[in-house]
Amino acid sequence: MSMTFEGRVHRFGDEVNTDVILPGRYLALRDPAELGRHCLEGLDPGFVQRVRPGDILAVGRNFGCGSSREHAVIALKAAGVSAIVAVSAARIFFRNAVNLGLPVILCPEAALALREGEAARITLADMAVEQGGQRWQGLPLGDEVRAILAAGGLVPRVRQALAAA
Amino acid sequence: MSGRTITEKIIAAHSAEGAAVAGGIVTLRPDVVLLNDVSGPLAFEQFDAMGATRPFDPARIVLVADHFAPAPDITAAGAIAMTRDFARRHGIAHFYEPGRGGIEHTLLAELGMVGHGGIVFGADSHTCTAGAFNALGIGFGSTDLAGALALGQLWMRVPESIRVELTGTPGPYVTGKDVILELIRRISSDGAADASLEFGGPGLDALPMDARMAIANMAVEAGADTCVFEGDAQSGADMARRGVPAAPAVTADAGATYRQRIAIDLGALSPLVAKPPSPAAGVPVEALRGQKVDQVYVGNCSNGTMTDLRQVAELLRGRQVAPGVRMVVVPATQKIWRQALAEGLLDVFAEAGAAVSPPTCGACFGGHMGILAAGETAIATTNRNYRGRMGHPESQVFLANAWVATAAAIAGEIVPPGEVAAMPGGAA
Repeated sequence: MSMTFEGRVHRFGDEVNTDVILPGRYLALRDPAELGRHCLEGLDPGFVQRVRPGDILAVGRNFGCGSSREHAVIALKAAGVSAIVAVSAARIFFRNAVNLGLPVILCPEAALALREGEAARITLADMAVEQGGQRWQGLPLGDEVRAILAAGGLVPRVRQALAAA
Repeated sequence: MSGRTITEKIIAAHSAEGAAVAGGIVTLRPDVVLLNDVSGPLAFEQFDAMGATRPFDPARIVLVADHFAPAPDITAAGAIAMTRDFARRHGIAHFYEPGRGGIEHTLLAELGMVGHGGIVFGADSHTCTAGAFNALGIGFGSTDLAGALALGQLWMRVPESIRVELTGTPGPYVTGKDVILELIRRISSDGAADASLEFGGPGLDALPMDARMAIANMAVEAGADTCVFEGDAQSGADMARRGVPAAPAVTADAGATYRQRIAIDLGALSPLVAKPPSPAAGVPVEALRGQKVDQVYVGNCSNGTMTDLRQVAELLRGRQVAPGVRMVVVPATQKIWRQALAEGLLDVFAEAGAAVSPPTCGACFGGHMGILAAGETAIATTNRNYRGRMGHPESQVFLANAWVATAAAIAGEIVPPGEVAAMPGGAA
């Protein structure tokens, strides 16, 4: 996968949970396009109209807390979100995002400073977040997380492991 | 050398590396892998995409149709059909549907598949319920568990531990729900992030297994990676009753390192209610006196046990659900449903004007069987009250124990349960 992401920023606050990212009534769906149409519907029904492919979320504390539903990550990706810059993220959401190739950069300073509607750039190689001449440094990714992202997600990673076995 | 926590010991015993220290990365091999009808279908597609042809061990995989079960529509029926088909294709005997199953976490314990020192991987955040049994239940998403189905293992960062020391004996109308609502209120919704909550202390004697399940179930609402209770005579007897092979309880070393120590005196607690939209927003029931409710929902993987149903019946017997209020009671499993039937509880509920549902995750997650309309308010024994959790984004949910929920059903508004118990109308 590409290791650089550029897009406009959409800001959200603390405790954006997976129930509001993808409400429970849609959990029997699996088609990404269908799930994408309901992305963040529980919090901001206008989001899917505003978001453009490649856009970046800047979010607060404990992003993706609650239900383990991977549908939330599928919906964000299908809506066009390319990366998330967070103050902090819930463990299961973080893993789901990495597994599906959606990078979550933990960088409280950037998450709080990124300006709504303006373009930002993320470079995974050095975990840099940039916007309008400012630059922030996100927390380094662990080796396993980096390997999964580099492989393009957990599916190709496990496929490699099975082939090698 | 410093000692080890319960969490480190259980993880070490299941790790490819044979050792585990908080903060380190291990390759972890579970005893049981659990999936449901909403997490399963995504996992099965990923399993196929991984090029996997057979799961690591069909005998240790449990598939439960519980979220959209019985299926409310064609899409849900298709998801359950995929789950059923995966079980058939791979010879997975542990596949459960309505009539023979129930809510996965309660059912897993009932099946005797979790006991001292075990590890459950579940594609559901409330897999941490297994912590009640001196085991580790760890929640994951679907792709992670597709990997676990294929390889029998996953990478995991070993969590630090937070020791929760329980003392005293709970007073009237104080339950496991109040213990966990108190803990989350104190440390907030991410106070246990990157940590395992380890519950122990002399207060355990006063907490039956159902209460421990209610506490463990909501560890994730404190942001915990997982949680675990100390094992004791009660958990040992429970394993024997459920047919789990005997195993010694895993204990922490005296010199174990904890990130934090928290003391809770059970005797000092009063019934709590978590206000919307956060499980961390617990306040004493008195503070919400007079809050009107449209729906009362007793059930889910935290509080749909016989303990909860007996509490409901004790208050409802000889009384009525208030006019204008709907009450839905959801026994967590088919076995609990039948036990409630045998004890005459279902008739008490029906006589009082409550609806009894088959076991299902149902309305707890906003799926079906009791969805809220715009502007409506529910009080529920469930574990989440996020915005729109049980239906319309402009509906709201208060979380409480079964006593408090039932008292609200009778009064039509939130009141301390002791006041309802003192009112005339209750049968002896």
